[in-house]
Formats: sequence, C-alpha cells, structure tokens
Amino acid sequence: MKLTLKIWRQKNNKAKGELKTYPIDGIEGDMSFLEMLDVLNEGLINKGEEPVVFDHDCREGICGSCSLQINGEPHGPDRLVTTCQLHMRMFNDGDTIVIEPFRAKAFPVIKDLVVDRSSFDRIQQAGGFISVNTSGNTIDANSIPVNKHDADESFNAATCIGCGACVAACKNASAMLFTSAKVSQFALLPQGRIEATERVLNMVAQMDKEGFGNCTNTGACEIECPKGISLENIARMNREYLSASLEG
Amino acid sequence: MAILSSSIARKVAMALSGLFLVLFLAQHFTINITSVIDPDTFNNLSHFMGHNFVVQFIAQPILIFGVVFHFIMGLVLEIRNRNARQISYNSFKGNKNSTWASRNMIISGAVILAFLGLHFYDFWFPEIVHKYVESNPLDATRYYPELLHKFESPVRTGLYCLAFVLLALHLWHGFSSSFQSMGWNNKYSKGLRGFTQFYAIFIPLGFIFIALYLHFNQ
Amino acid sequence: MSKLDSKIPKGPLADKWTKHKNDINLVNPANKRSIDIIMVGTGLAGGSAAATLAELGYNVKTFCYQDSPRRAHSIAAQGGINAAKNYQGDGDSNYRLFYDTVKGGDYRSREANVYRLAEVSANIIDQCVAQGVPFAREYGGYLDNRSFGGVLVSRTFYAKGQTGQQLLLGAYSAMNRQINRGKITPYNRHEMLDLVIVDGKARGIIARDLVTGEIERHSAHAVVIASGGYGNAFFLSTNAMGSNATAAWKIHKRGAYFANPCYTQIHPTCIPVSGDHQSKLTLMSESLRNDGRIWVPKKIEDAEAIRSGKKKPNDLSAEERDYYLERRYPSFGNLVPRDVASRAAKERCDAGFGVNKTGQAVFLDFASAIERYGKEQAGIHGNHNPSKEEVTKLGKKVIEDKYGNLFQMYQKIVDENPYETPMMIYPAVHYTMGGIWVDYNLQSTIPGCYVTGEANFSDHGANRLGASALMQGLADGYFVLPYTIGNYLSQDIKTGPIPTDSKEFDEAENKVRELLEKLINNKGKHSVDHFHKKLGHIMWNKCGMARNAKDLESAMSEIRALREEFWRDVRVPGDMNEMNAELEKATRVADFLELGELFAKDALHRNESCGGHFREEYQTEEGEALRDDENFMYVAAWEYTGDPATEVLHKEELEYENIEVKSRSYK
Repeated sequence: MKLTLKIWRQKNNKAKGELKTYPIDGIEGDMSFLEMLDVLNEGLINKGEEPVVFDHDCREGICGSCSLQINGEPHGPDRLVTTCQLHMRMFNDGDTIVIEPFRAKAFPVIKDLVVDRSSFDRIQQAGGFISVNTSGNTIDANSIPVNKHDADESFNAATCIGCGACVAACKNASAMLFTSAKVSQFALLPQGRIEATERVLNMVAQMDKEGFGNCTNTGACEIECPKGISLENIARMNREYLSASLEG
Repeated sequence: MAILSSSIARKVAMALSGLFLVLFLAQHFTINITSVIDPDTFNNLSHFMGHNFVVQFIAQPILIFGVVFHFIMGLVLEIRNRNARQISYNSFKGNKNSTWASRNMIISGAVILAFLGLHFYDFWFPEIVHKYVESNPLDATRYYPELLHKFESPVRTGLYCLAFVLLALHLWHGFSSSFQSMGWNNKYSKGLRGFTQFYAIFIPLGFIFIALYLHFNQ
Repeated sequence: MSKLDSKIPKGPLADKWTKHKNDINLVNPANKRSIDIIMVGTGLAGGSAAATLAELGYNVKTFCYQDSPRRAHSIAAQGGINAAKNYQGDGDSNYRLFYDTVKGGDYRSREANVYRLAEVSANIIDQCVAQGVPFAREYGGYLDNRSFGGVLVSRTFYAKGQTGQQLLLGAYSAMNRQINRGKITPYNRHEMLDLVIVDGKARGIIARDLVTGEIERHSAHAVVIASGGYGNAFFLSTNAMGSNATAAWKIHKRGAYFANPCYTQIHPTCIPVSGDHQSKLTLMSESLRNDGRIWVPKKIEDAEAIRSGKKKPNDLSAEERDYYLERRYPSFGNLVPRDVASRAAKERCDAGFGVNKTGQAVFLDFASAIERYGKEQAGIHGNHNPSKEEVTKLGKKVIEDKYGNLFQMYQKIVDENPYETPMMIYPAVHYTMGGIWVDYNLQSTIPGCYVTGEANFSDHGANRLGASALMQGLADGYFVLPYTIGNYLSQDIKTGPIPTDSKEFDEAENKVRELLEKLINNKGKHSVDHFHKKLGHIMWNKCGMARNAKDLESAMSEIRALREEFWRDVRVPGDMNEMNAELEKATRVADFLELGELFAKDALHRNESCGGHFREEYQTEEGEALRDDENFMYVAAWEYTGDPATEVLHKEELEYENIEVKSRSYK
C-alpha cells in the first residue's frame, strides 16, 4: 500500500521541530508499524538524509520502549497493543498517518520521536519498592500466603510496561494511571502493606514534582493502555493517599 | 491551604465541593418542582428559605463559598493541566478514548458559571435588594408570580434550558467522577455510576421541564 | 601457558559453595564505602547484582543503553523460573535440578557451577516473593508451579506469560531503593565502548552518552559485564533490537577469553518469518508445549494442499496427522528439550512437510487440550453429559486463563485466531549458552573483570533448559557475585579512587574516538542494516540448526569478506556528537562481524554434535546428536589475537564426578 506519513522532526532538545511529509510505497499489511518506519529509514539513508529516530527495543510489546502518537492516539488505532505490535493491516491504501512524539512537560523531546521518560524512573525511585535486603535471608516463599484474588489484581497492576501511553493519551498529561499501578502492585500484597503509607505519599509527591497534570477521570488512559491497566488502580491510590494523609 | 498542595488532595477537594453542590441541586429542584405542582407550597417554601436565619446566614454563605471554591479550584486545575503539556499535538483524537463531557468540564462549568450570573441577576440580587436594601414588608405570596414573570421571555427560557443541558453534561461526568477521586471503588461502584447518570439526566431535565412549563403556562 | 584456572573449590559437591563462602576474604563495611564498581547491563543479572552490591555498601555505577533499567531484555522472558522448592512434592531436589541441567546441557557444563545454581535456586523464589513479585498462586494462596521442557517435575514458578518482566521489575525495584539511597548512580542511555585495564586489572570503561554523543571515562575497582547474549549476530532472533555483544566483545579484545561461541539455542516455538521486511522474531512461550501438540501432515500431498491453501489444518483427521515429537520421543513427547524439538521441526520441514507458504512452519495445536479441559470443567460444574459446544467453550476459557496474552499476541501478529485454528511455529535464535569464559567466582581471564548472566558461558553447557536463564541471572546477581567479588576487592581497600587521567584511559578513549570517526566519515553506499541482514543470512544458513564443515568454512570466509566490505562501504549518516541510532547500530554490527567468524570457527573445530550444536557429520542412524566425549568434553575458550580467524584455543577439561555421563535420551 501507499501512504503519506507526517512525522515530527526535531534535531535536538533545544531545536524547534516541525511535521515533515514523507510519501512511502510498498508497505504490506503483515509489517509492523516499526517495520514500516524501518523501510522509510532505509530509504532516507540511501538518499543521504537522516533517518527518523524513535525509541524501540524488544518489538514484542513488553519492554515499553516504543511510544509514538499515531493519528492522535498513543500506540495508534488498535487496542491493547504497543506500536511495535501494531500492524499495517490496520491502515488502508492512501491513508495519511500523523506520527508525533508523546507530549508532556514531564516527557521532553530528545530528538525526533524520542522523549525522555526518566520522570517515571524517579517516581519509582521515590518509593516503588519493598525495603528488603537482597541477601536471600528471607522467610520461605510459601510462608506468606496471598489471597489469589489479591495476587491476581497485584499482577494485573504490575503488568504496566511504563511506556507512558497513559500520559500521552490524557488531555492533562497526568501520570496517575502509571503511578497508581505501581502503588497498587505493592498495596495489594501483605509484603507491601508495611511501607504502604510512606510509599504512596512519596510517590505522589514525586509525581507532582515532575510536572504531570491532574487526573480528571476521563478514562482515556485506560482505553489507550496497551496492557489494559484498570482505572480502579487510580481509585485505590486515591484511597491509599487519603488514608495515608489522615494517618499523618 | 497547604493540604491542597498535592494533586490528589486538590481532586478530593474538587469532588467534595462538587458533591455538596449536587446535594444543593437536589434541594433546589425539590422546591422548584412544587411551583408546577402547587404554587402555594412553592410560596411557603420560598418564604421559609428566604427568611430562615440558618438558611440565610449559615447555609447560604457556605453555599456561595462552595460555588466559588469549586470554580476557583476548577480553574486552578485547568491551568495546571494545560501547563502539563506545553506543546500540543497536531492530531489528538480524544473522542476515541473518552467522552466529550469528561474532557470539557471547563466548558460546561464556564457555561454554568455564566448561567449563575444570569440566575443571580434574575433572582438573587433582586431578592437581596428587596429584603435587605429596600426593606420591603413581608409578603409570603409574591414568589410564584415573580417566578412566572421571569419565564415570560422565550430568550431567557431558552438560555435556561441550554444551561441545563450543559449542567447535565457536567453532572454526567462530574458526579460519578467525584467518587473515583475520593477512592470509592468497590462492588457498588457500578450501581452508583448508574445512579449518578440517572441523576445527571433527571435533575436538569426536571429543571428544563419547570422552565418550559412556566413559560407555556403564563 | 594457559590462564584457565576454574578455581573450583575442593571437597564434596554439595559442600563446595558453603565452604567457599566461608573461606573467602570479606571487606569491612567502612571500606566498602571507598570501593567503586561498574555494572554494564541492568537486566536480571546486572540489576540484581547492582542492587545487592550497593546494599552491601559499595558505590555502584550502572550502565544501560535503554532509557531505563526496566527495559533490559530479561523483561521479555515469558514462561517462568526454575527452583528446586519441591512444593509439588513430586520428587524434586537440588540434586535433581542439578542433574536435569547438566543432562539438558548435554554434559558440557561445569558440575560445581551448576550445583551451586541449583542450591541457591530456592532462595531466589523467597527473595522475589519478599520483594513483592506477583507470582501465580493457587486458591489456597500458595505458589503455583508448572512443568517445562526436558524435566519430569513441576518446578517452574511463573507470572502468567511475563515472568521475566515481573522478576526484572523486582530487581529494578531493589535498584530503585539503592538509587534513592544514593548508592547506585544510574547511567541510562549510555553504551560501554571499551574496557580500561591499568596494571593488568580492569579499572574502568569508556562509555558514550547516547543522548549527547559525549565520550565519557568512568573508573572503578572492578567492572562487571552483564550485557546479555549475542543472538543478534543472526539479525533475526527473539532478542531485542538493541541487544548486542559489544561490551562482551570489547573485553574479549582486551584479553578475556570467549568460551563456546557456537553454543546457541534455537527456540522451537516462535512465530514464523512472514517476509523480507521482518525485523525480529517473536517467541511463543515454551509453556505452550504443556498443552499444545506439535504436528505436521503425515502425507506430503496434504502438506502441499495446506501450503497452497486448498486444505485447512482442521480438515485433517487425527490419523492424517504426524505428531512427530510424540512419535519419536514417547516418554517426553512435546516436552523434549528445546534443541531436540527445534531439530525435529527442521527435519520435518526439510523433508517437505512444512505447513505455511514458505514451508518453514509446523502446527502447535490446542484442540485436544481444549477438549480435555472442557470436559474436566464441565465435570467440576456438575455437568456430566456436556455437549460438544459446551466442552469447547469451557475448554477455551481455561486455555485463555493460562495463555490468553500469548494467544492475543499471536492473533495480533499473524491475524489468525489460534483458538480456532492451530498456531504455526518455527524455531528461531533465542539464547546463547556461550559467552565470556569465567571461573567459579565469575571472574574472566582479566583480573577485576567479572561477567554474569547470559554474557558468561558458565551454567548451561551446550543447551539451556527452559526457565533456567532467569534462574541463572538472578543467582549470579543476588547470591554469587556479591560474595565472590568481595574476595577480589579485599585487596583494594587501600587503593583509593582510580584516576581517569592515566595514559591507559587516554589510549582507550582515543581508540573509541577513532572507531566512531571512522564510521561517521566512511560515507559508503549501504546502511548498517544491509550488512547486518547479510551477516544474519550467512549465520542462519551455515551456522544455524544444522552445521557441516564445508558450510562453516565458507561461512568464515564469507563473514570475513563481509566485514571488509562493511568497513569499505558502510554509510552512517549524522554526527558523532548527537543522538545517532545508526552509529549505535554500526558499532554493534562491527563487533558481530568479528564474533560471527569466531562463532563459525568454534563450530568448525568442534567435531561432534552436542546440545544446540548439531553437526550433520556426527549423528546417530536415527538422526540424534552424537557426542564425542573422548575428544570434546572440554570448554573451548578462545584468546583474541587481533583477528578472529587466528584466535588461539584454550581447553578447560570438564570432569564429571557426581553424575554419570551417558548419551542423552528423551525417548
């Protein structure tokens, strides 16, 4: 199929960027979106132009590197997939595709479509862990039974791949879905309860400090999340935060 | 206001003030609907509300504070939220993943605020002037005729109806959203959401009905 | 003189590790504060080691090319992690895990290392649960297990189809705790481009900041390489696009021996290649073989009819299908080890029974499992006479609960519904058992340079069993390296900070600059990918699942020619002093072009078949691998000489005192 791509090009963090138009031909439905960009880049290199830079790594939907706002939606029009698993059969011959970086004040553009998501790392550094030494001198794993429902819910929250689609989709660029998934993962487990109060206070404080917006419960993040992380996590975090604040 | 420095606390404050206003709406609606059923009851209730000390000097200031707080906080959040994305998308398809009502609370809110201006101009300021500036004698029967008079104008009736539509949109998202903000999420959430949506349609529709009824029953 | 001293402690197998830990020198807490360690790679092996070393009190600097440690490719591991917990009471023990691993590795791994791995495996699970890793649980709240290929017990712990991500998030959270404490300084989006050796000891690295392009010097008292495997030498593999051998290859060029490069695992259950545009291959977890049955048509006409689309797989009755793994290996059936399953698939496809357009695919069918589970569920629900539809519906639900995310992934990629029609799968390069040679302490032949995880060669022999990579990475990182490195660092308590303005750093930095400038200024005709794909083609066709002397010889010369062409004709657009993805790829491919030749050379010298290394000349009449224990029961460790073709072979003889060496049979 033949497509017209409009891609955000920006030399570096300081430069001003713009959308540039690239026609492309010979795209097959079985290609992934990133393989389509590979074809574009191969062509650009052969013409002596600079290829488009984008984040990607595992290309199987788990590392969370790939991003891209495709036609106004993070990870494009398909649901429950990352851009690397989005296939070109979702598009039609002759389509125009607008490709932009994830946009948020807390995700500054580094180059072209690559953004800096280290704010996510800092939120987790603020408290996304259980303070246990890694010496292996812990109790036997089965001496901490966990209710299966809680374990499953914790797992579901923990499936977050930290891609930032929630922030990109949110009209407020809020990181509540991400932060709440991380808080929930631990809050639901007995091992995590011990530090639950401090954890939620510290992580939310860091989230605010990074300059993300507020959650206004539009639900866009849940729809666009490639892992289907539920809004319930946000409610849980709000609850955790309130009770933590009241505890002092 | 130090407690309001965190994003979640702000949201909870927004939710609480919103829920308070939702309650007020129910009360306001209950009194207004009597104007359709029985004008005498309407007059009596209005007179009580207008001259009861608790209502006038405790509840009314709290309500006004609630409105102002909800408005200011809404504005603060909106500004902060806009600031969180300084370069906007060339293509942003919010309609693919969220409702118009949820994304445009600031618009529906602003329309409601403008409407409040009109509403105060129509009822509240004249009432204050009548009671406290001009010090007119008590008259427990004046309310219904005054009300009827206001809805003579098709333009005003139309503006009221339009504002109620936006109120419905505002409530459709805001009412259930306030529970999410306060961390309410359990097996009753689905039922609660159904109730809030019913409320969001029923109350504004009721107000529209009252306005049209009064307009066409001059 | 050979430098290969494996430093295996004396004494009975089961006591070696405990005794060794008691014998080694410790560093007191106050002194740890003045010792720096560099960790290259932040996957399971690197992340866990970084966290533990920082916790012990060392100052740790971590380096990863990704934008966050959480994205290291350990994250993509699906199926699970082995541990000899014997929670199922099915006869598991440290010895049995040790035995299975040595046998699975086709008797080409070091006994003492493998036993230690089995010994600490149970601790890993305790550790991870304490960290909040949400493993799958049963209704009673206790941990669940499943079985994996090549073993007869259920010892695999898992978190649906993404055990790797959950374990990595655990290690990453431990890292975060230390970053928060200021004990780890993370250098993300950084790539190590050379090792600095001062007075014979590893004392630092040269790294490039991938955002600004700046070349940086970092010094430390020890350098740990945990940068993963070299499967991307094949271009198409299940590795991440950025997975590379550069850190490992650079230390090899600085004196670390490279062991068994030809031992590569070809994973049997991957989604087949769909076209020339393909950039990577996607794995379907081995756990699918618990319930899926692998088959091709019995008659070649049926295979042709399916390839041309005239017949659908479901048109074939059970009698018309050849469940070739169950036929050839009745005792292990579909759960034979990976190397055996892969070769069997290749054998059928080469014989003309392949089932997709390219003829390079076999079926993985869940119909029997759906029926079996459906009947079971109907019974549980009190329905003892269910209709076929009811059975199918209930059965699909069970399959969805177990493998839902994998089925969804398959459907998104292939555009076919695997609940209705069998999956198509084919083997793909997945893991490299070979790697930098290390002794029992995980130290390479360069003093102070340690190697952990997939980057070293140590524990899997010639073939790795499923769910053992995660085990090895975490064992090395949490429980082995933190002890053994202390022994080395105890000499360094008075050294003080290592200066970065020495001539050794100057030399290393200049070398890196020259390399990058050469690439940027080459201005050739072809992109980096062009060469990488060509290399992959040679590797897959001549050093892949079946190898022979003639092909390997030609592979060596072809790779050499390709390398020369690369340096003549590669085009790297852009600049050195900025983010430049092509330049990153170029440095990695340049290393693969050298490693590939050594790979072929190693495969050529090993005149036997063992594990993942199958030489067509050495097979039994039934087509099974034929080992030559008399001549090849050794680790081949290669010493760099300036040219891959002339690297010098050093042998570490393998001794089996606690296990009887026999021919591996899964029949």
